[in-house]
Amino acid sequence: MSVLAIISTKNGAATKAGLEAASYAAAWARAQGSEAIAIAAGPLSNAEALGATGVARILHHAEEVTDSGQWAKLATAASESVGAISVVASHDPFGRAVAPRVAVRLTAGLVAGVTELPENGTVRKNVFSGKAMADVDVSTSKSVYTITPNAFGITSDGSGATTEVFSAELGVAKEVVKGFEAASADGQVPLPEAELVVSAGRGLKGPENWGIVEELAQSLGATTACSRPVSDIGWRPHHEHVGQTGITIRPNLYIAAGISGAIQHLAGVNQSKVIVVVNTDPEAPFFKAADYGIVGDAFEVLPKLTAAIKALDS
Amino acid sequence: MQYIVNPYDEWYALVRAIELKEKNGGTVTTITVGDAGCDPIIRKALAIGADDAVRIDALPTDAMQVAQLIAEHARSGGYDIILCGKETIDHNGAVVPAMVAEMLDCGFISNATQLDVDGGQATLKREAAGGEEIMEVQCPFVLSAAKGMAEQRIPNMRGIMSARTKPLTVESAESTPSTTISQFTLPPEKGACKMIDAERPEELIRLLREEAKAI
Repeated sequence: MSVLAIISTKNGAATKAGLEAASYAAAWARAQGSEAIAIAAGPLSNAEALGATGVARILHHAEEVTDSGQWAKLATAASESVGAISVVASHDPFGRAVAPRVAVRLTAGLVAGVTELPENGTVRKNVFSGKAMADVDVSTSKSVYTITPNAFGITSDGSGATTEVFSAELGVAKEVVKGFEAASADGQVPLPEAELVVSAGRGLKGPENWGIVEELAQSLGATTACSRPVSDIGWRPHHEHVGQTGITIRPNLYIAAGISGAIQHLAGVNQSKVIVVVNTDPEAPFFKAADYGIVGDAFEVLPKLTAAIKALDS
Repeated sequence: MQYIVNPYDEWYALVRAIELKEKNGGTVTTITVGDAGCDPIIRKALAIGADDAVRIDALPTDAMQVAQLIAEHARSGGYDIILCGKETIDHNGAVVPAMVAEMLDCGFISNATQLDVDGGQATLKREAAGGEEIMEVQCPFVLSAAKGMAEQRIPNMRGIMSARTKPLTVESAESTPSTTISQFTLPPEKGACKMIDAERPEELIRLLREEAKAI
């Protein structure tokens, strides 16, 4: 009757999304009086942090696994070995590739993008890019959940986990990683994982004016983003585009300057915990979705915000 | 209510499939799980340039059910590549493509932004934390397409006329969903936006730190 968490790793450590999945599994196992078990593959330098999420055991596959079919075989074998009734993974490209395969192998109903713990067999998930929520019932005896990033915090008060070597017959890899191209060389946190995001749109009038956006982001330790028109006309790189057709983010703080707040943009950012909007137009629709607003010129307001943060830090 | 083609399916998956056909030859078949209400959007896909279409006559209620119906058809279809959008813009599930890949026991590349095919071998780029991974996979395989894969195509008059006579096969199928939605709810109402004087932006920083605890 246990819960299995599938843990993704990057650069030899469990990812933030992986620790969130483990925290979710641990909280749910606790609520049912059962135990949570994590499965990870390859180097794992932060096994302590993983244990602190509250999982009781870590099943560790020595070699790294990058093929989603092989990962599914590993997770399914782990699930069967511990008798898991539910499997939990992150709702990111890794989880979305592995969890559905596990659901097929276990003949388990899958709910994608859940935001809360299940209650009486029903679990809540986001739909319509966060504009609504759906309660989903699972009718199979086993279930698989993918957890919306940043919806469920990482717990760190667990008592630690035992690590056990685990191996399974994985077959041949079909998907081969040949290389990696870094999107930004400036050491920013990638957008999907960023806690703080500073974003700007056409109101900035030209790519040469992005210095004030970058300075504000730098003073906060935030990642920069942009609206679709700005990436379409080439002012900013495509990987910075947040919105319906770009990247969906869910940071703690989203600061938007010179973005009117079209519904397609809101779909990518409206799950941010706190939204700040700076716009010269008091009628900009974005203010309706914001927590804090400043009606003013980004060229004057952003440098003042940067100065205020620096004053606070010094 | 008239549905639209899911943008990721239309702009990226379908258009890239048509581009590959134009370059390498072959045919493009679209597959849809749904009732006759889907036929107008299937005709649109044909107008954009697909050769023929299959509609599995069942109401889609669950990702596993939809994946099963697609995989059952694909098993006998001899397809080299199954291109999907990265997610639907209504339920945002993003799990059907990997389910189909597992059912067909083939490779799967999620959030692919680039695809080139040479014989039976494909080279792709996919979104990864902090950049893009370059991937290789053998046909047959499944991918989910993200922005960058192709550019939207608007069907021209010739395409629209020829779509009327392109084959649309309807297949019947039985299936049982494993999950059901019991209710939809709206997220909690957002409180009113607190306006801050543009002359005193330091007040915003104070509120972000002390009230919102966001920084």
